[in-house]
Amino acid sequence: MDNVTLIAVASIVTAGLTTGIGCMFPALSEGKSVSTALSSIAQQPDAAPTITRTLFVGLAMIESTAIYCFVVSMILIFANPFWTHIIAK
Amino acid sequence: MKLSPDETIFWQHGFITINLTIVTTWAIMLVLVVGSVLITRKLKTGIHISRGQCILEMMVTFMNNQIKEIGLEKPEQYIGFIGTLFLFIAVANLCIIFPWYEAPTGSLSTTTALAICVFMAVPFFGIVKSGIGGYLKSYLKPTFIMLPFNLISEVSRTLALAVRLFGNIMSGGMIIAILLSITPFIFPIVMNALGLLTGTVQAYIFSILATVYIAAAVHDSKPSDKKLQVQTNNKEYKNG
Repeated sequence: MDNVTLIAVASIVTAGLTTGIGCMFPALSEGKSVSTALSSIAQQPDAAPTITRTLFVGLAMIESTAIYCFVVSMILIFANPFWTHIIAK
Repeated sequence: MKLSPDETIFWQHGFITINLTIVTTWAIMLVLVVGSVLITRKLKTGIHISRGQCILEMMVTFMNNQIKEIGLEKPEQYIGFIGTLFLFIAVANLCIIFPWYEAPTGSLSTTTALAICVFMAVPFFGIVKSGIGGYLKSYLKPTFIMLPFNLISEVSRTLALAVRLFGNIMSGGMIIAILLSITPFIFPIVMNALGLLTGTVQAYIFSILATVYIAAAVHDSKPSDKKLQVQTNNKEYKNG
């Protein structure tokens, strides 16, 4: 395999792995936080607005890690710096 | 495949580029400004108010309550900044129901500009509240060892704000584009409806996070007041 093929294979496989793993763990933790928030709302319905707001902010924090992984894999697929470097040479 | 509306260029001269992002941003700004001027031109205090005034009052009351619940006592000071952020992002995200529209928030330059606004607003409100010295002291909390970490967190949360909004909106647009090439009839509509929900939630989260950061800066930079407050609370507790 020459260099171009190597870079293409590495980029594609890494992009898939990045989004795959980077979706799995944030999904697990988001499910955990939502289930905890639901049970605490069931115990204390009066505190629902506060819990919901904190839950949204926390979910955004967790989800941003998944979004980082997505952005990295998008860069690897559509705007790969190594690929453009080796193509330009 | 186009990643962002930045790549649709209308006019270019030197380093000045007029692309789709700038055109859409200015159009949204025009709609927001003209709309609010038209509505607030004839405000009434009676029982029968116009439809637009009712909507505006609902939004302003809602934002004031949200800001107050996070811990900023005088929301009128902050709603100018936070409310503008929320309205702009919400309108920019909700306009995806129009055909051929591309959300300007799906471009990294727009979201970076918004995040830099938050980055500048946090020290601004902190300094307004307690002076330059009082604000700078908040970086030394709880001890001076935390100074580098506080500085890193300032930068990293700005980056996170920008990339979060960009990633969410860009991924929504891209999923719709991919689905259009696979199943062009029903499923893009469903994803578009989901995009409306995501857009609203992202606008809410962006402004809530900006409020949380501002509240943290405002609260951290007034040590004497806080101690006083704790003392009075204790006194009330003992008396009660």
